[in-house]
Amino acid sequence: MTLSLLFQHIVNALSLGSLYALIAIGYTMVYGILRLINFAHGDIFMLGAYVAFYGITLVSLPWWAALLVSIVFTAFFGVGLERVAYKPLRDSPRISIMISAIGASFLLESLGVLIFGGRPKGVPVPDVLSRVIHFGSVSMVTISLIIPLFTFALLGVLLWIVNKTKTGMAMRAVSTDIEAARLMAVDVNKIVSFTFGIGSLLAAFGGIMWSFKYPQLNPLMGVMPGLKCFIAAVIGGIGSIGGAVLGGFLLGIIEIMMVAFLPTLSGYRDAFAFILLIVVLLVKPTGLLGKRQAEKV
Amino acid sequence: MLEIKSLSVHYGGIHALQGIDLSVPEGKIVTLIGANGAGKSTTLRSIVGLVKPTGGKVLLRDAVISGKATQEIVQMGVVLVPEGRRIFPNLTVEENLLLGAYARNDKEGVLKDINHVYALFPRLKERRTQKGGTLSGGEQQMLAVGRGLMSRPKLLMMDEPSLGLAPLIVKMIFEIIKQINAEGTTVLLVEQNAKAALEVADYGYVLETGRITLRGKGQDLLQDDRVRKAYLGEVQ
Repeated sequence: MTLSLLFQHIVNALSLGSLYALIAIGYTMVYGILRLINFAHGDIFMLGAYVAFYGITLVSLPWWAALLVSIVFTAFFGVGLERVAYKPLRDSPRISIMISAIGASFLLESLGVLIFGGRPKGVPVPDVLSRVIHFGSVSMVTISLIIPLFTFALLGVLLWIVNKTKTGMAMRAVSTDIEAARLMAVDVNKIVSFTFGIGSLLAAFGGIMWSFKYPQLNPLMGVMPGLKCFIAAVIGGIGSIGGAVLGGFLLGIIEIMMVAFLPTLSGYRDAFAFILLIVVLLVKPTGLLGKRQAEKV
Repeated sequence: MLEIKSLSVHYGGIHALQGIDLSVPEGKIVTLIGANGAGKSTTLRSIVGLVKPTGGKVLLRDAVISGKATQEIVQMGVVLVPEGRRIFPNLTVEENLLLGAYARNDKEGVLKDINHVYALFPRLKERRTQKGGTLSGGEQQMLAVGRGLMSRPKLLMMDEPSLGLAPLIVKMIFEIIKQINAEGTTVLLVEQNAKAALEVADYGYVLETGRITLRGKGQDLLQDDRVRKAYLGEVQ
């Protein structure tokens, strides 16, 4: 393998890892606050991609405007989903809300088939994003560079919100003790909505970038990435944002490198995520950056 | 300041509070004593809206607060320092204090109050950048009280502040309670340490399996035979 080819793989791995990280954050943040695995998160990712697609094709918005409209819409959609499907069950046994999440996922996928149609749609990738650029002997598509750049910027903003703002402080408080946070006059419903909004926004961004990188849409496109990013969040230590980022990048990098170095095994790339999950959980059950936490009653 | 009128709470089939009446006059320290499971914590939790009462009402300065959301009640100045301290272990000491002031928007006032808390508890100032979870039990209780003060309470309710603490720390906590009260905050104190509580309290109530069985001035209850036998551990 030549050095330039290796470099190309690295860029690809980083951009796939970025997308995984963006989606994994949504899982981990919601889990951190509500101890809920939001199974519909992968479908939110799909929704974001479709909304941007229709923005470009039906309304002929420029791609960046469609992207903005879609992430705002999807963020509010995520907030609405929580209100309708999860909030009424917040004081019910954990299993009820989990089943509601599975139901929400199937509902969104079926609605996707109904409304968007089951046939895959080709995404018109904007020229700026599909241009091939050359650095010496290395050539790559702009989207593969843009994805990690935007991801790092978004991560920076997210970490600033969580660690430096009052809302972020309340989020961290709610994630350890909802009742004590209530006693501090924190409006827990607002914090939960905000969390779903941020998670859905990042998933929508990930979905749109995904659709520019792998330019085809179908209503089930969120299932596999959703599952893998959930795994990434668990590998990193669910509840930890840094863990989700680490897990996402780890999964993306290992997946690409496996395909690059062991092309005969490339058919197993999806299975590999599960193997990695099992190994990590056997060695460190709390995930790489997770902390042991007493189960809250 | 606070009036509780025939307050009832059910947990499933259990009648945890069976219509209690209690009043906390402005500027005083009132204590509620009783054995485990008598309903002391339930009383505080229903005042602050964490438990929904099934009957009766709670009035704060003649306005009904029962049925309101916890965050509204807290913003009206009724603050609970919960049992077991419940500080946020993953937040720094200073962040814990700032969270106590979450609903406030007066930055200068908040800063002033933080310094006031640091003056009350110099230990917290030393540990301001440390995570709450790394503090000792006594320090965590100081933090819990300090965090409660950051909400600028009119009525500060404390649930078992002496629980599990060394005698020296307990003494200090009770000194602080007196000082907070002297600065104008009304206090409702729930304690198993009946002697210490009655010594600082103006009025006391004895709660037994969901009913108030005795009430009186703190000093009088200290002398009461029934209280001495049941709660002060005196054998006669």
